[in-house]
Amino acid sequence: MTTLPVNWLEKDRRKLRVDASAFSDKFYEGLTAACALVIPGLVIAIALAIFVAAWPAFSKLGFSIITTSDWDVAGGHFGAAPALFGTLVSSAVALIIATPLAIGIAIFLSEFSPLWLRQPIGFLVDLLAAIPSVVYGLWGIFVLIPLLRTSVMPFLRDTLHLGSTPFFTGPAYGPSMLAAGIILAIMALPYISSVSREVLMAVPRSQREAALALGATRWEMIRDAVIPYAKSGIIGGIMLGLGRALGETMAVTMVIGNRAEISASLFAPGYTMASLIANEFSEATNDLHLSALMAVGAILFVITLIINAIARWLVWRVSKGQAV
Amino acid sequence: MKNARRRHLVSGAMIGLTYICAVLATLPLLLILWHLIVKGASSISLAFFTHMPRPIGEPGGGMANAIVGTLILIGIASAIGLPIGIGAGLHLAEKKTTPLAQTTRFLADVLNGLPSIVMGIFAWEILVRPIGHFSALAGGVALGAMMIPLVTRTTEEMLLVVPTSLREAALALGYPKWRTSISVVLRTALAGIVTGALVAIARIAGETAPLLFTALGNQFWSTSIGQPIAALPLQIFAYATNAYEELHRLAWAGALVLISIVLVISLAARLVTRSRFGAAVD
Repeated sequence: MTTLPVNWLEKDRRKLRVDASAFSDKFYEGLTAACALVIPGLVIAIALAIFVAAWPAFSKLGFSIITTSDWDVAGGHFGAAPALFGTLVSSAVALIIATPLAIGIAIFLSEFSPLWLRQPIGFLVDLLAAIPSVVYGLWGIFVLIPLLRTSVMPFLRDTLHLGSTPFFTGPAYGPSMLAAGIILAIMALPYISSVSREVLMAVPRSQREAALALGATRWEMIRDAVIPYAKSGIIGGIMLGLGRALGETMAVTMVIGNRAEISASLFAPGYTMASLIANEFSEATNDLHLSALMAVGAILFVITLIINAIARWLVWRVSKGQAV
Repeated sequence: MKNARRRHLVSGAMIGLTYICAVLATLPLLLILWHLIVKGASSISLAFFTHMPRPIGEPGGGMANAIVGTLILIGIASAIGLPIGIGAGLHLAEKKTTPLAQTTRFLADVLNGLPSIVMGIFAWEILVRPIGHFSALAGGVALGAMMIPLVTRTTEEMLLVVPTSLREAALALGYPKWRTSISVVLRTALAGIVTGALVAIARIAGETAPLLFTALGNQFWSTSIGQPIAALPLQIFAYATNAYEELHRLAWAGALVLISIVLVISLAARLVTRSRFGAAVD
């Protein structure tokens, strides 16, 4: 019997240990890479599942899904134009209301707020994003809509005489495009304001000091030196808010009135793509109906995907510029 | 000189406007919370948490099944979303610039903006249609899929805050890479990661749209993940859109409970980071 030299054993053991840790390192890296791969996988899976299910409707109905407005399940007509129109209009109303407010509060928080107020107000606005959409809907049905019906709508139409424009005419039922737009504005506000606040805070001090040193007033400093610097980031924030508004389902379904009509008046009830899916999906009567709803989902998916991609790209460009 | 005065007036007016914006922007939140308390608090009793819903028309009853259902759905979603999200976050933080990392980071952001109803029809397509009936599992998967990108991005952000020197020190002491990542880097960023997880849970706890055609809702007591299950948001939706006054009362109470759950989780998330960062600053 020969005995192995001690130092040989030692070397061998060390090598073994290195091998083991190399293996476990590989295993660890593979595992985390697999987790990361789930995300692209998920995007592909969602796109595939939805487009495959929507294919029968796309091939049979073609563009008539978005160009016609006759949604007749029994007759096999599926024109979702009113829903597409409602989605775009309610989101546009939301942005018109939310954008100035969000930028105003972002400027307030980044420039003028006393330090002790900055945290609590920022927190309160951010909390708006944490409120579940169904709670917004509940509040919309029982607080906002009665308020619109009894005071806001008559005020806009009669007192301000906006009834002479096509946008504020007709009876004030309550559930309406306007109600949906207001709820969506509240929901989009925190997204726009938090991104805007971040990019405004990222504007270098020197930019502000230079403007003030040239004799600008504080407002001129913001208008001419701060906002241009942060512009594309703010636009990114608005796009992010737009993405939210386009895809929002529950709150809108609860307050928009769910009627498939195209009307110029914001007082009229409307429909959105998301609420169309929410209302009809679980009761879809036949394959084509289901496929048409999937097609509406597919269109919504593509629109929000594009909007979000642009938004991220804009915000990313600003944060990259800041690093340089 | 007159011009200068006008410019200062404009400046003052615009600054005043931003103050008004600040008031207007905080108003909706305060109004919503106020109405929830005024309209919901009176209907909250022990029975609300322990009793089942009564048939429509009968007064009383609670939402015990919906509260338990929501907790089960959160459990399933977390079991899917947290490990995958944290794993993906580790990968992104360690492999910052590989094509996979950059694609994943971008797609995670895009997924975060995906309408939740799209996630709902996706889960329906892969888990309800083939199986043939609605289930808690499908609802949990839809919510879990929504959690993954959220958790990924917050985990990555928190890990990037950990100083490289710490990682280098561990590697220099002969730690293998995986142990460095798990017991040094992850450990250091733990508070932040917990915060991210809590924020993600708070966000999905109130989701309704992905559950409409997956968990579906259930009037009866069910804790089976293979069967349709009740959830607070679904119940609030059903009650709020029902014509019965009595159910509106329950909807407000349910909303108050839901928002309390969400706010408590959000506040806990803030406290976790604050205590951690506070200690670090000291």
